[in-house]
Amino acid sequence: MACIEARGLRKTFGTTIALDGVNLRVDEGCILGLIGPNGAGKTTALNAILGLTPYQGELRVLGRDPWGERDQLMRDVCFIADVAVLPRWIRVSQALDYVAGVHPRFDRAKAEGFLAKTTIRRASKVRELSKGMVTQLHLALVMAIDARLLVLDEPTLGLDILYRKQFYDSLLNDYLDRSRTIVVATHQVEEVQHVLTDLMFINHGRIVFECSMDAFESRYLEVMVNPERVAAARALRPMYERQVLGRSILLFDSIDRKQLGALGDVRTPSIADLFVAVMSDRADRTSEPLGAAK
Amino acid sequence: MNTQSNAMPDSSIDSQAIAAVAMSQTRPFYWSVRRELWENRSIYIAPLAVAVAFLFGFLISVVHLPDKMRATLALNPMQQREIIERPYNMAALLLMGTYLLVAAFYCLEALQGERRDRSILFWKSLPVSDLATVLSKASIPFVILPLLTFAVTVATQWIMLLLSTVALAGDRQSVAMLWSQLPLFQMSLMLLYHLLAVHSLWYAPFYGWLMLASAWAKRAAFLWAALPLLAIGIVEKIAFNTSHFGALLAYRFSGGPAGGTFTGRDIAMDPIMQLTPGRFLISPSLWLGVAVTAAFLVAAVRLRRYRGPI
Repeated sequence: MACIEARGLRKTFGTTIALDGVNLRVDEGCILGLIGPNGAGKTTALNAILGLTPYQGELRVLGRDPWGERDQLMRDVCFIADVAVLPRWIRVSQALDYVAGVHPRFDRAKAEGFLAKTTIRRASKVRELSKGMVTQLHLALVMAIDARLLVLDEPTLGLDILYRKQFYDSLLNDYLDRSRTIVVATHQVEEVQHVLTDLMFINHGRIVFECSMDAFESRYLEVMVNPERVAAARALRPMYERQVLGRSILLFDSIDRKQLGALGDVRTPSIADLFVAVMSDRADRTSEPLGAAK
Repeated sequence: MNTQSNAMPDSSIDSQAIAAVAMSQTRPFYWSVRRELWENRSIYIAPLAVAVAFLFGFLISVVHLPDKMRATLALNPMQQREIIERPYNMAALLLMGTYLLVAAFYCLEALQGERRDRSILFWKSLPVSDLATVLSKASIPFVILPLLTFAVTVATQWIMLLLSTVALAGDRQSVAMLWSQLPLFQMSLMLLYHLLAVHSLWYAPFYGWLMLASAWAKRAAFLWAALPLLAIGIVEKIAFNTSHFGALLAYRFSGGPAGGTFTGRDIAMDPIMQLTPGRFLISPSLWLGVAVTAAFLVAAVRLRRYRGPI
């Protein structure tokens, strides 16, 4: 069953087009990474999914219309917009009381369990906590909710490396099971790479690329080409070429690993490398539909 | 749906569903009101602080009470009553003023603060509708503040009476006069009526308007609340050389058909027989005001739905 289904999703702010006819389908159980540069439309897309902004086109989230039924939808959907949204005046105990009071699927004992692993005190106000602790608190609240869809928008922005690592580790260890769907929009591509099952690039309000991580790993290969083989490698029509320390690194789509092995060192590219390749590829031939997409 | 609930008769599923709906409406509302009290502690701290300050002043003045009571003995009962009631009415008036101030500041902040600190994104991530949120915020000036003001005022007046009785303990005649001339129960009843009729119902459009300004304005909600009213008055004056709008506001603020009770003196002088809830409740201007308030609140709900953080 599709968890999120959008057809021709459009959103404009004045003359700026934030979403330009987005079609997407996110199946239940997916962990989708939504990757895009600033202003690509990531947050607008997530806001539409969460019922925070009106839109044109068709959109169903868990079978509901998010703009019309936000409050009912939020029983099954959780989101962490970013670390700064917990009210600064609230006490940890009050936050627990409130969410327990309004959310029918909140398991208070579970949240207390997560908090017990941290140094957060119940009597503290959010303004007294460090940024990392606020994220831990928010995550504890969200993970104690038995939701079907979790939406994360730059959840680790501004956190130090320890908290960032911990964030995704907790998410993986304590939250994930196959029935839950997660959509995460982020810049910090490298830290979500091992978490994702699906990948989507968005730019200028359009989905420019999508594939599963399995496909990603089998299709895309990066070769650090031996200098004398560069011409031969270019003949195989790489998607993208870059220079690192005087050596050429070429990114290939659907070329046999053995064949590439003869040219130099072969490895799986990072999502960031593929992202740059796809974006420049699009810039080169904007009118042509992208062969790499599904 | 699991098999167990499938096996239940339809009616019990219906009643379950109805109970679930009722719960889903009232519980978020109840917790949202509590949340407002957590966030805005001035709602109860301000009246308590005013009451404590007043009682402190009264405690000092009570030293002269025996002399004052002896002096009053010479006056006629009407004047006696007026002098004895005066400090009690002053306490009530002060606390009503506090109510208005707290309510005004609360309403101006209510729907703007959550957007300014971005916490609206957290509140909107929970299954609480915009309607429930706005109504829970509106319940502070309409319900919580009048009842709280009533409770604090009555408590203050009883403490005053207690302090006075202790101060007059040696003088049997003065104590008797104090207790006989001070109709505290009657005063409390009138206070409650006045708070609910005037401060809650009759002033409702003011609170609604301030909340609407709070939902609308990105900053300076007070200016957004005040300037349009001023502008309407000025345009009316220049265009037609009339001031009906200003008169309308003044009439509203003076207390309208429930009014005449705006000054403490009048409250004190109003015998309980002159309370006219019937006349008040059938006055069209009351219901017009309530309708206008409802329109303001509906607009505030819509705005909150569309507005994100600022």
